Amino acid sequence: MSAATGRRRWSFWIGLAVAAVLLFAVAPAVLSDFRLGLLAKFLCYGMVAVGIGLAWGRGGMLTLGQGVFFGLGAYMMAMHLKLADAELRGDAVPDFMQFAGVRVLPALWAPFASPVVTVLAILVVPGLLALVLGLGVFRRRVKGAYFAILSQALAAAFAILLIGQQTLGGSNGLNRFRSFFALSLNDPANRLLLFFLTAAALLLTVLATRQLMVSRYGELLVAVRDQEERVRFLGYDPATIKVVAYVSAAFFAGIGGALFVPVVGIISPNDVGVVPSIAFLAGVAIGGRTTLLGPVLGAVGVAWTQSLLSEQFPAGWTYLQGALFILVIGFLPAGLAGIGPLLRRWRRRRVPPPAVVEKEAELVA
Amino acid sequence: MGAMVGQIFTGLSIGSILLLTALGLSLTFGQMGVINMAHGEFLMAGSYTAFVVQQVATAAGVSLLLSLVAGFVVGGLMGLLLEVTLIRRMYHRPLDTLLVTFGVGLVLQQLARDVFGAPAVNVVPPGWLSGGVDILGAVVPRARLFILALAVACVVALSLVLRLTPLGRRIRATVQNRDLAETVGIRTRRTDRVTFFLGSALAGVAGVALTLIGSTSSTIGQSYVIDAFLVVVVGGLGQIRGAVIAAAALGLLNSFLEFSTTASVAKVVVFGLIVVFLQVRPQGLFTVRTRSLT
Amino acid sequence: MNSRARLLAVPAAIAAAALLLSGCGARAGDASAQAAPSCVDTSGSTVKVGAVNSLSGSTAINEVPIRDAITLAVKKVNESGGVLGKQLQLIAEDGASEPTVFAEKAQKLVTSDCVAAVFGGYTSASRKAMLPVFEDNNSLLFYGTLYEGLEASKNIFYTGAPPNEQIIPSLEYLKQKGVKSLYLVGSDYVFPRTSNAIVKAFAQANGIAIKGEDYVPLGGTDFSTIVNKMRAANADAVFNVVVGDSLSAFFREYNSAGLKAADMPVMSMCVGEEEVKSIGAQNLTGQLTSWNYYQTLDSPANRDFVAAFRSAYGNDRVTSDPMESAYTGVMLWKAMVEKAGSFDTAAIQKVADGTSFDAPDGPVVVDGETHHISKTARIGEIRPDGLIDQLWQSPAPVEPDPFLRTYPWAAGISG
Repeated sequence: MSAATGRRRWSFWIGLAVAAVLLFAVAPAVLSDFRLGLLAKFLCYGMVAVGIGLAWGRGGMLTLGQGVFFGLGAYMMAMHLKLADAELRGDAVPDFMQFAGVRVLPALWAPFASPVVTVLAILVVPGLLALVLGLGVFRRRVKGAYFAILSQALAAAFAILLIGQQTLGGSNGLNRFRSFFALSLNDPANRLLLFFLTAAALLLTVLATRQLMVSRYGELLVAVRDQEERVRFLGYDPATIKVVAYVSAAFFAGIGGALFVPVVGIISPNDVGVVPSIAFLAGVAIGGRTTLLGPVLGAVGVAWTQSLLSEQFPAGWTYLQGALFILVIGFLPAGLAGIGPLLRRWRRRRVPPPAVVEKEAELVA
Repeated sequence: MGAMVGQIFTGLSIGSILLLTALGLSLTFGQMGVINMAHGEFLMAGSYTAFVVQQVATAAGVSLLLSLVAGFVVGGLMGLLLEVTLIRRMYHRPLDTLLVTFGVGLVLQQLARDVFGAPAVNVVPPGWLSGGVDILGAVVPRARLFILALAVACVVALSLVLRLTPLGRRIRATVQNRDLAETVGIRTRRTDRVTFFLGSALAGVAGVALTLIGSTSSTIGQSYVIDAFLVVVVGGLGQIRGAVIAAAALGLLNSFLEFSTTASVAKVVVFGLIVVFLQVRPQGLFTVRTRSLT
Repeated sequence: MNSRARLLAVPAAIAAAALLLSGCGARAGDASAQAAPSCVDTSGSTVKVGAVNSLSGSTAINEVPIRDAITLAVKKVNESGGVLGKQLQLIAEDGASEPTVFAEKAQKLVTSDCVAAVFGGYTSASRKAMLPVFEDNNSLLFYGTLYEGLEASKNIFYTGAPPNEQIIPSLEYLKQKGVKSLYLVGSDYVFPRTSNAIVKAFAQANGIAIKGEDYVPLGGTDFSTIVNKMRAANADAVFNVVVGDSLSAFFREYNSAGLKAADMPVMSMCVGEEEVKSIGAQNLTGQLTSWNYYQTLDSPANRDFVAAFRSAYGNDRVTSDPMESAYTGVMLWKAMVEKAGSFDTAAIQKVADGTSFDAPDGPVVVDGETHHISKTARIGEIRPDGLIDQLWQSPAPVEPDPFLRTYPWAAGISG
């Protein structure tokens, strides 16, 4: 191990510790309940972002369809919460079905009455779907723009499919949750607990991703991104390597979606389609896609900024949002995490900049 | 019989709209590898151009023809501006062009709302395009026939340009081997600009055509852009005949599925079939043969 | 390596902290989970109110005019001396066409800005997303869009029409005109699907045949297949719940296919003067529409409303039903506050029943039980010049019945 990697190792743990202190001690102390709830929502986006950072930044797979996995996790959680609420009232079906005159619980819903099945399904189903899709797509060497457009079509199809499902609330989606695993969601103490749970899940996600990145697998993944053919000639199967990253990203997105539901209180087709799927990418690209913490900080930072901007300039903030995309991605390809290396390079002006920008500084924050 | 003919025509009509919206992309995305999400907003620009032209030239027939020219120019100039300011810097990062142009699209949509107001505007089609003609028991709307003809005209014109003119030779040479093209003296940067101008101009023309079937608002581009990308992907990058066949096939598939099920189901099934299709033929219907490894 | 030990330590610590904390929170169903106390400040000379409408995203085209109407209403209230002598300060937020953003902004308005009431919301999804915010904080939302009914929250006042003030009167009208079969077409979301469930129940009870039922994805513009089916079905009339941009594409296709208002008239639920303008009157001449408000209504209240709106936003602007409902919402809130003599939610809820306002669409009265308002139902026919001729209106404002309890044939819909 070189001195440089040793330093990185320590800076990672220090960064994680700072993040933990910020999330578990500082944020609850200084933020109002409203802002804390917002932060919890953004932390859910952060989980999706970590996965995208792995699949896109490290693996070169631009996935425009993370909304699908996010939505799967979210809808499964939402179904469970609706059923738990119904049970609490002593009803057989959730309130919105009752209003619509449905008396018998649809078969799709039945398994989600059990909390254990729900949690297991949230952990398994998104990854499983990604596995099936990934095996098909990557074995056939679909990549680059093809993969991007394909994943976008999936997100579009998923949203249309959900709108047609009246038993899943159609375009309204599922909402009005009263409890989260028997804890009332109306109680500030429980909402704080939910925030801690989300923060913990995010830190674990970051930790797991870091282990993947620094492992031998992480090196292979970067190698596949940069020179897929060479990796193939070395005797590895690039498809398998990519599938692992894609499945991990789906897994994280599923968990993010599942926590999003109690935090925000609604999931609808609006949150899983093409536009939110692209929005997930914004934070990743702006924070710095190849780094570990860049995507998380980017996702949370961008969401926070957008929220504040839209409060300040409700009529014109879309311009600022668009400008952010254009300026950062167009002119700072490595994201805000790339500013440091850029400045360093600028100071040592004698060193010529690398000819190909694709070989972006590979930072493990 | 009438229903069958009606559905075949409907399929071809959907296909022709898909093709018109995708034709520009088959240049910018297919030939140049730029994922231009603002293509939808270039369509929108074409539609609003038709609206503006109609305010000036009130005779609907004249204004439609003027609009087609104006839409071509407006779309092309917007594309040129985008190429010169942003895309130029990012040819080696195709996936990033997607995000940057998405941002451009957001700005253009808001701009349209601020300039033309939020409610949709209406472009009056000329009298000779209203109503339908009876073909074998099916009523075929004249406006859709016009779009079909326009799509065919655009495809023929584009093919001729690419195949027969010096410009077309330069474009093809640059796409097939940029370095070699440069060594034989082709100014590839200029070729890029012209290609992007043409692709965006075709979006402007398509936008004018869209005013014949619906009203114009700031979100019009979003509803077409994904389908347009899918047409190019299914057809095979850089293949105009691929895009033609893909558009017709998707249109017919959509029309018959919708006839027997519903519009939403048809859309989901079509998307699903595209995913399966790309597993079988990952490079689309047609591919450019190259000696590169991938 | 000790990193593995650390790896385990972090989640363990988190789990322990979580367990500790879970002891403090209320269990679901506990009575201890009470609404947070209100932070509304009414001591100064101004009172804050909030508005959430989408200024960006896909429904901005419909919601920007609604925002204009709310702004106008607040301005008019302030010019006439405010509410209980206090000037209103409007805090405007962008819902961005995303239900989750609506929920976020509603929460911000209620808990950070401490507004006395919020006006806005458009899609049902946006209302459903905001509902828990208002219930949990015991605050008030005035929702001013026609909608599918089947809801009544004590923290929401619904100033748009539920189905029994719009859909059912239009069905009664068609039945009276001798319509024996219908073709249903709508945009694919909750309102049209629920509306059509009501139409089907009505049709079954009244011997009307349903010749077909089709939905186009929201914003979709391809109606050729649907119109082909419609033409083959040859129903007596079309019942249309298509909304937004899709309307224009639908009517153009309908006309191109040679269908005529005289043979198969279209009864539309969401077409007012504003829509006529963007669809093109030439595509709509002779078609029927059912709404509670038209710009051309000839009453002093409406003439004032239209004149005030045009002087504020320009002479080419038109007023529509959702705009009128949102405007009425602000005015009804003012009336309730003045009746209660307080901005307090509980006080307003107590006096709500029977509060009335001479709205642009006629006199409206709040029903204290459902928080909906009575409205006059109107059927109109679109003229070649784009204005709407009223063919029929309900003799008196229709009492709101969001759960359709007074209609025996609707038993299967609301349960």
